[in-house]
Amino acid sequence: MRHVLSVLVENEPGVLSRVAGLFSGRGFNIESLNVAPTLEEGVSLMTITTSGEEQIIEQIVKQLRKLVTVIKVVDFIDVSAVEREMVMVKVQADDARRAEVLRIADIFRCKVVDVSLNDLTLEATGDHGKIQAILSLLTRFGIKEIARTGTVAMRRSMQPENA
Amino acid sequence: MELNGARILLECLKREGVDILFGYPGGAVIDIYDELPRHEVRHILVRHEQAAVHAADGFARASGKVGVCLVTSGPGATNTVTGIATAYADSIPMVVLTGQVPTPLIGNDAFQEVDIVGITRPCTKHNYLVKDVRDLARVLRQAFYLARSGRPGPVLVDLPKDVMQAKTEFVWPEDVKLRSYNPTYRPNLNQLRRAVEALIEAKRPLFFAGGGVVMSDASEELGWLARTLSIPVTSTLMGLGAFPGDDPLWLGMIGMHGTYAGNKAVNNADCIVAVGARFDDRVTGRLSAFASGARIIHIDIDPTSIRKNVQVDIPVVGDCRKALAGIREIATTRLAEKDWATAHEPWLAQVSAWRTEQPLTYVKNGSIKPQQVVETIFSITRGDAIVTTEVGQNQMWTAQFFTFRKPRTLLTSGGLGTMGYGFPAAIGAQFAFPDKLVIDMAGDGSIQMNIQELATAVCNKLPIKIVILNNGYLGMVRQWQELFYQRNYCSTCMEAQPDFVKLAEAYGAEGYRITEAGELESTLRAAFASPHTAVIDVRVEREENVYPMVPAGAALDEMLLV
Repeated sequence: MRHVLSVLVENEPGVLSRVAGLFSGRGFNIESLNVAPTLEEGVSLMTITTSGEEQIIEQIVKQLRKLVTVIKVVDFIDVSAVEREMVMVKVQADDARRAEVLRIADIFRCKVVDVSLNDLTLEATGDHGKIQAILSLLTRFGIKEIARTGTVAMRRSMQPENA
Repeated sequence: MELNGARILLECLKREGVDILFGYPGGAVIDIYDELPRHEVRHILVRHEQAAVHAADGFARASGKVGVCLVTSGPGATNTVTGIATAYADSIPMVVLTGQVPTPLIGNDAFQEVDIVGITRPCTKHNYLVKDVRDLARVLRQAFYLARSGRPGPVLVDLPKDVMQAKTEFVWPEDVKLRSYNPTYRPNLNQLRRAVEALIEAKRPLFFAGGGVVMSDASEELGWLARTLSIPVTSTLMGLGAFPGDDPLWLGMIGMHGTYAGNKAVNNADCIVAVGARFDDRVTGRLSAFASGARIIHIDIDPTSIRKNVQVDIPVVGDCRKALAGIREIATTRLAEKDWATAHEPWLAQVSAWRTEQPLTYVKNGSIKPQQVVETIFSITRGDAIVTTEVGQNQMWTAQFFTFRKPRTLLTSGGLGTMGYGFPAAIGAQFAFPDKLVIDMAGDGSIQMNIQELATAVCNKLPIKIVILNNGYLGMVRQWQELFYQRNYCSTCMEAQPDFVKLAEAYGAEGYRITEAGELESTLRAAFASPHTAVIDVRVEREENVYPMVPAGAALDEMLLV
């Protein structure tokens, strides 16, 4: 089961390797990891996507909370959240195919951020599923290069009842 | 007034109540050593940095205080790693101070530079590199607070040479504020009520004590509950001494070399109260068969210990003493709901029968049996001693045949299983209790891992007794080779053994040798009566095995017996 964890940390030297070391040392899996400062000085937010059985995820969350530099851990499986990731994809698009590529870009509301005679670079944002869908549709044209962020997530203001 | 970093460090140590440091100087820490003579704190010069850490560890385990050691950068720092990992595995409060190259050189592969903060990240509770002398007092305050609070553990502070020389105004931070660190001491009342409910319903309850009982000084509460509610008690290796080993409710240690009664009881109990134990693989045997018929109440201050290995029915996060006191309080109001003694009588009769059926035993044949050495030491000392062990057969025989009656009387490397731990730990314990008899139960293999500390012991006139159960083998590995590897004794025969008596004498200690069973008691008595450091080389039966034994992967009640 895929889990998105939001981990608020003290922005100190070594905090990333504490978190990464915890995952590697205990054999936990990191699918993606995103780190950036928050509005509060000295505090960063890590968004980690991981997967595992319930007991493993419970251990991951507990072990993260045990790190002295970790302030707060939220597992987004427990709350309703908005999730986004971004990808830049350079896809082969000569004259014959350009129109078709642009049509797909349009359907997914991608932006064209770079263009040349033989390729187009598209920027797409969306949840994990949407990004997977875009990539699989573009594969047949030939993807030359991709650069992809990890997931970032945020709790929705309105939570469904009983959540 | 402005003070330099070295002076601030020593002022902080004083305020933290540190009166002894175990250490070894070097280039990066000369400024600290230059300052040392002007302070009251006592510095004990060891002969290898690993021993400094084990000595601080032994001091901490025996006294309950934070152990402190000081070493230089580079190799000095890397030599502490085994000791740090040992303390981390057993949750021992310790502050390790390492020197570091000057800050401008960090990262340049300077002489005697290592990234010790990076190296020790996975085996410390937390660690720090102090880059600015203005952070020093705050970091040290946090380091001591972290080491001793919550689930204790080692904290390392890396001190660059220029930070020790730089000056700043010294301000002692009275409070420690860490928004990201708030250990739960007070257990949830509802969980405690559920625990008492489970005990009332239980027909075959069992207490299972771990190192947490020793560490949180919860022995009295445990004893009260066991006796008032008529519940038998087992423990882990780390829990030995938490409950008196001569109490009728005591079943002995459980696990790979646990007692028959203890292991049978775990797998037949219908309710287990695990207190400050973490269900290590050496304790549980095959997990799927472990305590399969029992509801498990698990008390631990560290939430990660709960449900890590074993599924738990009633988790209780909190300090063991507070949790047991809470259970006691609730149980007191509900004592009348059950006739505890009568209700548990069949169960107590059953565990008692197991105990009589298969007591800890060994075959006497006229040669010196290692178990007999431990029993003799117990009878000579009447158990009034602090006993440290090395690791292997010596450790297991000590755990089995010495009756520990009080907490903090057995100091042993439980989690990491560090050979070479016992002797330096005995040094630390002897400094904590100068008037107590301190005995290191060693093997001929283990003792050679830190034997250089004879110099430290002799130099400080420590009357430590090292008893070597000398079988000329790395006995525990040899035992596995015998039982599971068709007696392929590869690299376990310790050839070219030194003459331990002469070696002791060369260091200025006393050496004794015992080769006949008849001289065992008299020679041990003579050695124990001596005011000097003594090494007693006891030539024991070479291929004696530790039994019972649960083979790796077997269930706890599938034991090999004598």
